[in-house]
Formats: sequence, structure tokens, C-alpha cells
Amino acid sequence: MFSGASLVKTSTGRVTNKAVFQYAFMNGGKTAGLNLQRGFQGWANVPMGPPDPIFGISETFKKDSFPKKINLGVGAYRDDTGKPYVLPSVRTAEAEILKQDLDKEYLPMTGDNSFCEEATRMAYGDVYDSISNRLVAAQSVSGTGALLLSSRFFSKFYPSKDIYISNPTWGNHKNVFSNAGLNIKEYRYYNPITKGLDIEGMLSDLSQAPNSSIVLLHACAHNPTGVDPTHAQWNDILRVVRDKGHFVLLDMAYQGFASGDFARDTYATQLFASNNVPMFLCQSFAKNMGLYGERVGCFSSLTASPEEAARFESQLKILVRASYSNPPVHGARIARFILKNNDLRAQWAGEVKGMASRIISMRQALRSILENDLKSKHGWKHITDQIGMFCYTGLTPEQVATLSRDYHIYLTKNGRISIAGINTSNVRYLAEAIHTVTSN
Amino acid sequence: MSDFGFDELIEAQPDAIFKLNALYNQDEDPSKVNMSIGAYRDNNGKPWILPVVKKASEIVEKDPNYNHEYMPIAGFGQFTKAAAEILFKPNDHLLKEDRICSIQSVSGTGANFSAARFIAEQYAQKNGAAVYISNPTWPVHRTLWESVNVKVETYPYWDAKNRRFDFEGTMDVMKSAPEGSIFLLHACAHNPTGIDPTREQWKSMFEALLARKHLVVFDIAYQGFASGDLDRDSWALNEFAKSNKDFFVCQSFAKNMGLYGERTGCLHYVAKNSTVKRKMQSVLCLIQRNTISNPPAYGARIAAAILGNPELFEQWKEDLRTMSSRINEMRSHLRDSLVALKTPGTWDHITDQIGMFSFTGLTPAQVQFCQEKYHLYFSANGRISMAGLNSSNVDHVAKAFDHAVRSVN
Repeated sequence: MFSGASLVKTSTGRVTNKAVFQYAFMNGGKTAGLNLQRGFQGWANVPMGPPDPIFGISETFKKDSFPKKINLGVGAYRDDTGKPYVLPSVRTAEAEILKQDLDKEYLPMTGDNSFCEEATRMAYGDVYDSISNRLVAAQSVSGTGALLLSSRFFSKFYPSKDIYISNPTWGNHKNVFSNAGLNIKEYRYYNPITKGLDIEGMLSDLSQAPNSSIVLLHACAHNPTGVDPTHAQWNDILRVVRDKGHFVLLDMAYQGFASGDFARDTYATQLFASNNVPMFLCQSFAKNMGLYGERVGCFSSLTASPEEAARFESQLKILVRASYSNPPVHGARIARFILKNNDLRAQWAGEVKGMASRIISMRQALRSILENDLKSKHGWKHITDQIGMFCYTGLTPEQVATLSRDYHIYLTKNGRISIAGINTSNVRYLAEAIHTVTSN
Repeated sequence: MSDFGFDELIEAQPDAIFKLNALYNQDEDPSKVNMSIGAYRDNNGKPWILPVVKKASEIVEKDPNYNHEYMPIAGFGQFTKAAAEILFKPNDHLLKEDRICSIQSVSGTGANFSAARFIAEQYAQKNGAAVYISNPTWPVHRTLWESVNVKVETYPYWDAKNRRFDFEGTMDVMKSAPEGSIFLLHACAHNPTGIDPTREQWKSMFEALLARKHLVVFDIAYQGFASGDLDRDSWALNEFAKSNKDFFVCQSFAKNMGLYGERTGCLHYVAKNSTVKRKMQSVLCLIQRNTISNPPAYGARIAAAILGNPELFEQWKEDLRTMSSRINEMRSHLRDSLVALKTPGTWDHITDQIGMFSFTGLTPAQVQFCQEKYHLYFSANGRISMAGLNSSNVDHVAKAFDHAVRSVN
């Protein structure tokens, strides 16, 4: 029995959230003491919202007419000519689907079952078979949508409302969690001196956190730093998580992008699942299938038993129903088609490897130009040490501002660049610009 | 004992409509009829891809520039602009004056969710305003508003005794609700009753809403599907727009374009001026960003292709007429059969009502009887989805109703 129990049964037998119940009860006909504004007066008092730190960059970039401009903002893959890349396996799958004349009926609230099975099988690897009968999986509106379900579920049912996130983390994590009613806490993660993982700080902070806190971890290819724990470090993290009884929220947006190999990128998911750590997993197929705008993702929850899984799923469906009813069908169809077709799946794996390789070669090129050609006084080893789509350059906000103002190179204030935006035509220009702003 | 903190999780009641659908699927009786889900079926009882949607899909996918890039946070601009245009055509000065803020949503549910989130955070939580939904209404309305911690009240919509819209009851509540309450209105083809106010009744309701300074949210899931005519179905919200008050509209293309699972919809806010519109846009985008980031692209591309191409647009209107007229045929047929059987009660409401649903007036016991004896699946409140009827089963359904009405209360 936990003290934060948030469920109550109303007199009509309806189960509701305690907060809702209390609010309704308090306001039932009794307005005395409440400062009721007389009539709807409009939104004059609503302040202008800030532009999005990540998507806002793309908008500024679009308006810029400078011919050598570079967009290193959003983590969307670009090919070596700087164009969006529709994976050939995706094209093939989509063409096949078009021929099949499928209907557009509503998916169940938990989405395409077959897609969910394939997605979770891919994420949990060898552990999948031993957990599948107590794993609840629901197709989600990409990774963000899975985080939405996670945070709404925590907010409604989990006794602790504190979520520990890495410093730094993806810019949108804070927004999603706090808007669902969770309190943001941070654990140390990135060491700006070594430009690597501050494992001692991380383990210490997670140990200091109250027992049974929620801990957000990036399964692989950490965004924005590109710094991933080693296997040994993951084992250390596991030990603290188990000792403290923490609940793990694993964000996996880059399976395949970290090492170029899907299976190799599942170390963390397999580790936590096989050790029976209570966990949610948020998967995205935006990057690894290039399905960005189709919003293809999967939320999964490892519960204690098939019986708990049934109760969990029933409550999850209510959350889904009250936010978007059911997830979009098109992207999941494409993903399922690929995952279930051996040839296409193999082709897809090759394409992901190709993307990961091009990113690695751009890392190498950027570092080489800076160190060897331009003889930069700074160390740039972190460019090739870091993993995945992003590089945490170490550039300051002022340097970032200079880059955009004087060089028309756009990246987020925290110094994160999307390597996918670099190609053989622009890498030298980029290196020279970085060299110039860091030379003073 | 759960190590996972969820010991106290109570098994929730499954969604009633989806549960019915599941029961129907399990039933092996050949004469079974599914009248539960509000999804259009052709005369063979099959899902119907609109011919214009099929054409548009080919065009969209064969475009050499077709890709799967992220849409902007506010959605596909071509789509949201066109979506606003078909809604507000009679008031197109609103578009010219840049007063409409449009955010693409995960169909109608997503639009309702974003509107509720915004209103809860920026309005209801500050002044304790309650939202008034019709009794009855689409069940998700209540769940959704409660999930954002806004008190839910009702206005009496269905007069069960006389099988009509309870205009007087609704007016009473509109006049007596605390000033500045939130009112959720169905723009056309009310779900579940199928009864819409007359134009005169709408005008009276608008007067009351304006006098009490209530905040209005329209839910329009059946534009074009209801009467077969897009402008006729948007009459109510355009009439309200003339008042120059700001308000919200939740728009869905699930039914009228048959895009159901593609989740294609839009939330619109009609502002008093373009400054407020821009502010609202930024705040609604924040909500979007912290829930789904950006909306699903595919359905919006199809819808934009249809709305933006005159030939396809005409084809769409044709397809709308196909769907609405088949439904009207079924209404007539069902009513005529019941009259021919001399089934006790009056049945004109079936043809008076409009859109996907009919509130038959059958009691829960009678509904249960139909399910058990005749393998008919529809809501306990007596709501039937007209789309589930076709020339092969409508007589069977009439017989079932007749038997039920005569056998149980």
C-alpha cells in the first residue's frame, strides 16, 4: 500500500483520480471563496509562448538566404547532398502497401498489435521471450507520444512524482514531464572537462535520490551529448537502481544509430529487463526508419505478472482514449511490413548501417580538418568519441550565436550539432567557422 | 505483491463501444449486425475507401518530392489552411484578416484534448469554471475534460419522453450556469442522438451564450457527412462567428473523408485580431510540443491534396453525397419497416435525426434483448450507428426492435 494512492471510487462506482475527485467535490455548487472571474474575457492576458529551441532553429534557417547556410539543429538524417533520405526499404514497403488497397479503419487504442510485438522484440532482444507475457505494449505517437503516456501514467498512478533526468538531456523532456505534473530533478551526467560521462556524479546523485524515484535513462546514443555509458558503467547504474528500488524510464530513439547494429544497441534494455527492474520503454522509429512525420513509436511497460499487465493495460487504454483515442495507422503499417519481411528487414538493417557509417565518417572528417588542417589548439577527440546523431561540441552560447549570425550555421544554444546535417560539401566550411569562433 | 509500485491499480472498465465491437467480432451467428462503432460501411457492410481518397493517395505517394519529414509543430500548413477554409467559407473575412489559428491534431480527439488542456491551464484552473457537455454526449468528452481536472456539468439534450431535443432544458442551463462557463456544442449531427437544433433554436442558444459570456467550443466531426452539404453542416458555427466572439472549433476528417485511422484533424481558434491569434498559436504549439511534438503527416497530405485540387474537391463532395444519402435511405427504410410492423411507439425521430447515429429510444433492457436474441450490437443507451444498416439486414433489425419493444421494458 503506498501513501500516494490516487485512485478513489465515487458514489456511482466510477473510478477516478483523487485529484479530480477532490476538485469536483470542492467545487460542487459551492463557489464561495473561489475568485470566479465574471464571464469569459478573452485571452489578452495570455503571454506569447517562446519559440521552440529546436524546431525554431529550422524556421530561422529556412528564412536565411545565405547560400552556404548549414542547419545542424534538428536530429533528422540528411544524405551527403543535404537532402532528406527516404529509405529504399521504406519506399518499397509503402509501394506494396498502396497496392494492397487496405482500409483506414481505426486501430485499437493500443495500436497495431503485430507492430508492437515486432518493435518490442527488437528492443528487448534475447530477453523478450521471458518477459512477453507480462509486457504491456502500445503503439504510440512516436517517441514523444510514448513519453506522454509514461508521464501521464506516472502522474496518475505512481506514488512518487519526482523524475530524475540527465544533465543535460533532450530539450523537450522537461516540457513533457512537467506538463504531465511531474517534478523535474537532475542527475549529473556530462562532464564538460573530459567531455565524457561523469559516472561518479551520476551514481552519487541516483543514490542520494529518495527510494523508488523515477529515473530517465537514454538506452543508447544519448541526446544531446552522444556520451553513452560503457557496459561496466551500465552495470554500476543497474546496481544503484536496484538498491534504491528506482523505476526506470528508458528512452530509445536511436536503436541502430549508436553502433550501427540493432542488437548491440540493446544492452541497456536487456540489462534492466532481465534484472526485473520496473521499467517503461519509449521507442521511436522516427530516425532509424526515417519515418519522422508519420509518428511511429511504441510504449512498453514491464509489469510483475500477466494479471498486473491486464490491469495496467486497461488503465493505459483510458489515458490513450482521453488524449488521442488511437494511434495513426500509416507509419506503423510501413514499419510492420518491413519488420515482418526478412528480405526487407535485412535491407533496412543495411540502410541504417549506411546512415550510421556516413555519420561516423563526417565525425572523422570534421575532427581531422580541425586538428590536422587548421591546427586547432583545442582538443576535438570528443567529436569521434561521441556516439549517434549528435555531437556536444563544447561551444558556448556566445560562440553558437556568432556561428549563426556571422556564418549562417544553425545549432542549438547548448552547442549540440546534428552530424547528419554535415556532408562532404560543407564540412570544411563548418570546420573553418568553428575554428574561427574558438580561436579567440 | 508488485515490486513495480502498481499494487493498487484497479482494472478499469473497458471502453464500452470497443467492447461491443469485440463481442460482435467474437459472435459467430451469420445474422449478426454491428451498429456500435461510428464508422461508415457500404451497402455490403464493408469499410469504404472514398474514391477520392484512393486517387489522392496515389497522387501524394507518386509525387517525386514525397517524403516522411517532420511536419511543423502546428502541422501541415496546406492542410490546416484548407481545413479552416472549408469551415469558415461564409465568414472568409476571418481568414483574410488572419484571425484563425489552426493547429493540426490527432483527429477530433486530439483537437478536443489540446483545447481542453489549454482551457484548463489558462482559464478553468484560475477561475474554477466548469465545462458543460450535453447529456448525452460522446463518452470521451467527459473522460477527457476530467483528465485535465476541469469540473464537468451537463445540459439536458435528449428529451426521452418525447424523443426530441430538450431545447427548453438546454436554454435553462445556459442561462443559469455561472457566467463564463465553458460550453461544448456539437456543430452538426449530434452524437449520440442525431438530433440537431433548428436554426431558430441555435440563434436563441447563441443569444444566451453571449449574454452569459460563456466560452464556446464546437466539436465538428461530421461536416458534409451529416446533410451531404459542407456549408449547410457548418451553418451553426458560422452563425456564431458573426457574433465576433472568440471561440474554439475541434474538427475531424475521420468520417467525412473516411480517414479514421490516419488521425486527421485540426483545432481552430477564432481570434478577435491577428495579435491574439499569434499568441494563441504559440501557446497551442507549446501544448502540441509537450504532448506529441508534431502531428501525423500522411492523412494531412491526403486531405490537403483533396481540398486543394478543384477536381478532387468536387469528387469529394460526390463521395459525401454517396455516404449521406445511403444513410438517409437506411433511415427511411428502417422507419418504414417499423411503421409497417405497427411497432408500438413513434418512429419519425429516426428520419428526423441526422448523421451517423440514431437514438432509437430503446431501453437498456430492450437493447440487451436485441443482442441476445438477434445478435444486434449497439450501445445500451439505444444509439445505433446507421452505417451498420444495409439492404440485407434492415428488415431483420426492424423485426428485432419490434420484438424487443413488445417483449421487455
